[in-house]
Amino acid sequence: MLEKCIENFLRALGKPLVKFIISFGELILFVGKALYHAFMPPFYIKNFVKQVLDIGFYSLPVVGLTTIFAGMVIAMQSYSGFGGVGAESMVADVVLISVTRELAPVLSALMVAGRIGAAMAAEIGTMKVTEQLDALVTLSTNPFKYLFAPRLWAGFLVLPLLVLFGDVIGIFGGYVIGVYKLGFNAANYINATLEYLQSLDIVTGVVKAAVFGFIIALMGCYNGYRSKGGAQGVGEATTNAVVSASILILIFNYLITEILFSK
Amino acid sequence: MDSNVKISIRNLYKAFGSKKVLDGIDLDIYEGESLVVIGGSGTGKSVLIKCIQGLLSPDEGSIKINGIETNNSQSYQKQMHATMGMLFQGGALFDSLSVWENVAFSLIENKKFRKEQAKIEAVRVLRQVGLAPDVADLSPSELSGGMQKRVGLARAIITKPEIIFFDEPTTGLDPIMADVINDLIIESARGLGATTLTITHDMASARKIADRIAMLYQGKIIWTGTVKEMEKTDNPYVMQFVNGCAQGPIKVEV
Repeated sequence: MLEKCIENFLRALGKPLVKFIISFGELILFVGKALYHAFMPPFYIKNFVKQVLDIGFYSLPVVGLTTIFAGMVIAMQSYSGFGGVGAESMVADVVLISVTRELAPVLSALMVAGRIGAAMAAEIGTMKVTEQLDALVTLSTNPFKYLFAPRLWAGFLVLPLLVLFGDVIGIFGGYVIGVYKLGFNAANYINATLEYLQSLDIVTGVVKAAVFGFIIALMGCYNGYRSKGGAQGVGEATTNAVVSASILILIFNYLITEILFSK
Repeated sequence: MDSNVKISIRNLYKAFGSKKVLDGIDLDIYEGESLVVIGGSGTGKSVLIKCIQGLLSPDEGSIKINGIETNNSQSYQKQMHATMGMLFQGGALFDSLSVWENVAFSLIENKKFRKEQAKIEAVRVLRQVGLAPDVADLSPSELSGGMQKRVGLARAIITKPEIIFFDEPTTGLDPIMADVINDLIIESARGLGATTLTITHDMASARKIADRIAMLYQGKIIWTGTVKEMEKTDNPYVMQFVNGCAQGPIKVEV
């Protein structure tokens, strides 16, 4: 009886499990191939610069808006939590740590995943279903070098810069609330922020951002490259790119925090 | 092997899951000839062309180009791509590039032409396929289907390839534009002395551009011959396909 149950269970598990293992294997192969081509010439500098602009420059407003409001909310919530006791320095500290270590990298990455990951998957997916990827190959151009490597490099290098920008804006958001709403002394708030500022806070955010940037570009390229059929396939690829990147960002956020801060 | 054979295919098999698409293809394409492969939709014509180009890996079999085995030889395939051109069914023009950048793609990326020089060459080839120079700066999405095919043809021939593949070159075009494209294919291929492989189910196109025709059915080449031989053949499959009859040995799954 038990054996039969186990057999039925394994049988039910079998097909999705095999599918999962195949997908995972394909992803690993894709990552290996993408990394290999990312380090091997030729390098398409023009494509890289275009991606830097798309991922970095055009994401500045989104990242700025996200982090300024995040900084403002954290300032208000922490003030409310501390009940006014030594709040001036504590609010500055909490805003600093929250923004640099968590909010700026994670929220920026999630916003960029929505904006850029989706666009990458849609663009590459459309190229796949309209045979433009095949056309690239027949024109002696490797899509991994021409399309994917510039995106992976841009994601990896640009997101840390975006997060540094987000750090400044987020801390400024906390400052605005602290000084103009909660009535803190501006000089004291700035001094408290500078006093508590540690290189580890910034490094944490930058390391996370580099990993998240790579994940966003990877999921965009991978899901686009795997898309099948027509408009529906491209739509699915776009959704999968955003969802998988968002989940991986949250998982890797925990793992990096665990590595850097576990004692 | 005959020294005039440009592409030699032997025992080529390709399946997707349980569906056998190519089931032991044997085919020779001679240097400078225009071979047209005909066959119904879903018979594996596109798969055949993609296997020859290395875009798909066959499960089994041999593909030799210039007498050298290309199957599973990525370095040779890459080398061969530099001597091949391809006109895709839907054009497959790059949306993010202008018309002239599409045409000059190989010149800029592989032959390292300077942009100005590449544009002059692209405009020259665009003229050759009947497109005015002012088309060069347009985006592919601004062109009609016929114009996109011409741009695709210009991109395929700009590097003066030895072998050109045409995937359903007249699909989606009106009969007059289809005939214009057929003429351009003949002119371009003859001008370059290229070997061409065309896959189509447009019999008017096949009659016009083929030196030799091969019919693909159920994953096998079931008949080859010249256009004249095709008109006189008593092969029931070819007769049914050429005459477009619903009744005959080819059963259409509805």
